[in-house]
Amino acid sequence: MALPPYVGPIGRTWHYTLRVICGMIFLFLIAPILVIIPLSFNAEPYFTFTQGMLTFDPAAYSLRWYQDFLANPQWMLAIKNSFIVGVSATILASGLGTIAALGLSRSYMPYRTFIMGILISPMIVPLIITAAGMYFFYSKIGLAQTLLGLILAHTALGTPFVVITVTATLVGFDHSLTRAAANLGANPTRTFFKITMPLILPGVISGGLFAFITSFDEVVVVLFLAGFEQRTIPRQMWAGIREQISPTILAVATLLITFSIILMTVLELLRRRNERLRGIRG
Amino acid sequence: MADVTFDQSVIRTTDGIPLKVKLRRTTRLNRMKAIGLVAPLFIFILITFILPIGDMLLRSVENPTLSTYWPKTMAALETWDGTGLPDEPVFATLAEELVTTKKGRNLGKIANRLNYEQVGMRSLLSKTARKVARLKQGPYKDAFLKIDKRWGKTETWAIIKRTGKPITLSFYLTALDKRYDTQGNIVSQPEFKRIYITLFLRTLWVSLLITVLCLLAGYPIAYLMATLPVRTSNLLMIMVLLPFWTSLLVRTTSWIVLLQTQGVINDILVWIGVIGDKNRIEMIYNMTGTIIAMTHILLPFMVLPLYSVMKTISPNYVRAAQSLGANPLTAFWRIYFPQTVPGIGAGSILVFILAIGYYITPALVGGRTGQLISNFIAYHMQKSLNWGLAAALGGLLLAGILVLYWLYNRIVGIDNMKLG
Repeated sequence: MALPPYVGPIGRTWHYTLRVICGMIFLFLIAPILVIIPLSFNAEPYFTFTQGMLTFDPAAYSLRWYQDFLANPQWMLAIKNSFIVGVSATILASGLGTIAALGLSRSYMPYRTFIMGILISPMIVPLIITAAGMYFFYSKIGLAQTLLGLILAHTALGTPFVVITVTATLVGFDHSLTRAAANLGANPTRTFFKITMPLILPGVISGGLFAFITSFDEVVVVLFLAGFEQRTIPRQMWAGIREQISPTILAVATLLITFSIILMTVLELLRRRNERLRGIRG
Repeated sequence: MADVTFDQSVIRTTDGIPLKVKLRRTTRLNRMKAIGLVAPLFIFILITFILPIGDMLLRSVENPTLSTYWPKTMAALETWDGTGLPDEPVFATLAEELVTTKKGRNLGKIANRLNYEQVGMRSLLSKTARKVARLKQGPYKDAFLKIDKRWGKTETWAIIKRTGKPITLSFYLTALDKRYDTQGNIVSQPEFKRIYITLFLRTLWVSLLITVLCLLAGYPIAYLMATLPVRTSNLLMIMVLLPFWTSLLVRTTSWIVLLQTQGVINDILVWIGVIGDKNRIEMIYNMTGTIIAMTHILLPFMVLPLYSVMKTISPNYVRAAQSLGANPLTAFWRIYFPQTVPGIGAGSILVFILAIGYYITPALVGGRTGQLISNFIAYHMQKSLNWGLAAALGGLLLAGILVLYWLYNRIVGIDNMKLG
């Protein structure tokens, strides 16, 4: 935004003050991430920059915390668990959520608002309440301290995102396409896979990504439902912060940041594809 | 052949069914299809999510311990009118059940339950059970009074009778810093035992403060992004979205790294000489730490709705106001600001709802003074094992959230919720 010529000195000062303030807020937003990446290469077991790091002495940097992480069986188990739970919950949530969204977006659906409210309630209720309720209930039916229990819990937490994104994709959906397919002799299953699915796929995938991130980053329910054998990455980090604080956590954190950048990029690419397909933007 | 005369006023489809009937059938079929599609998820959520929450809410009023393990005593106490002392049969039944529950190793559960109501009941019960076991025969009333003079007090019996009811409000009363007195009236807890009202107020106050901080920090950057050209604002947007997508625990960890006394910020301050090495600032493991970290974590939830509202505001209005003689401040306050109010409402309620139920960050960086209501729910779930109280605190928190959410739905609309 270039300043128009009529702006006086006060306006000019204000314009630059605003930018400085915004710069500081952006710094606040990004600082934690910027600090953690270099510190994960620290050669010393400290959580702060050593003299050597500041003078860019190569000896002050090392990959020891990454080696530590890779050599630790507990972390490896956590990674395995996180992916098993995350992937299973994502598949279940995407399937159930997409089908439900298809039903919800039909005009024949009775009590739509009420049902929508129930379906997205896992997103609204604070996690500590969800965790407390699940702890009692899942213990009763023998699902506590099992991976299956975690998967079911995370599926419930992930479905609202799928329902919301897929319903949003279906808002602009042209129903004459499915009618045309039926008219040309395709049965409902074929119509779904050949016509509907390719069009709503970006919505399904981005909803699925949200569900995956939710599961991958969730720790409160895991704290209550998981035993030692079911520990996930966030649960292991929690233990690391609470019990034996070691810079290995910073190495894991850096890896997770890289991972989230990749996911973010995928999501953005999908959003663009979706907009192009639906002709919102040229 | 009988004359079949069609009523000509009814329109029919080709297969001879009246159009009205056919339409009704088709509509019903379509409705069944829609319900059939939604049903699997609905049932899934009902079983894996709604039932557990309902079960927890039930637990907040449920009180099965005494009526399960001391059924005869509770039945015998039914006839006691609550004045003076119960009669000999009640003492005899209690003596019998004290011995059986002690043998069955269930006395501890009863003792714990009664101890929530009145401190000291646990020791009274274990002492009495030990001595009663040696008694061969009655009269039990005198024996009890000899064992401990508390058995001669009406209030001891009143507590047992009240706690024996299978449905209770006592957990909710405790959660609101109230209790039953010896006569069964609801009174406030003594001063030193009142913690929950303060805790609720503190949680509300901290959430409000975090919401205001998020608004103060989010408004300028949302404004900047909405007024800059798309290319630049997209770059800035990454700086908002990257923390949003980064793991919560990663962000909390990095705040610990930044804020702790031997951490990065203190080191920088010492290095440039603002503070001495001796008096490093304590910014974490207290309320300050909770507020800083939570503001950072919730800020994107404020920026995103604000940005999406500001993006739709045409710059022409402000220009028109200025060309009509308004100074920049008036133009902003009278023209621009009112148009952003929907975004402020959406962002603020969202941040407030999320802040009020937050658990992780206060638990990790809050230390002793930075704990919020959810941390106490977790404490009663895992440490004190007073599950009824945890459920009651959870029930109150849930009620608050649902009211706020209803408000959010009224103001923003559930369908307008935007993700990312």
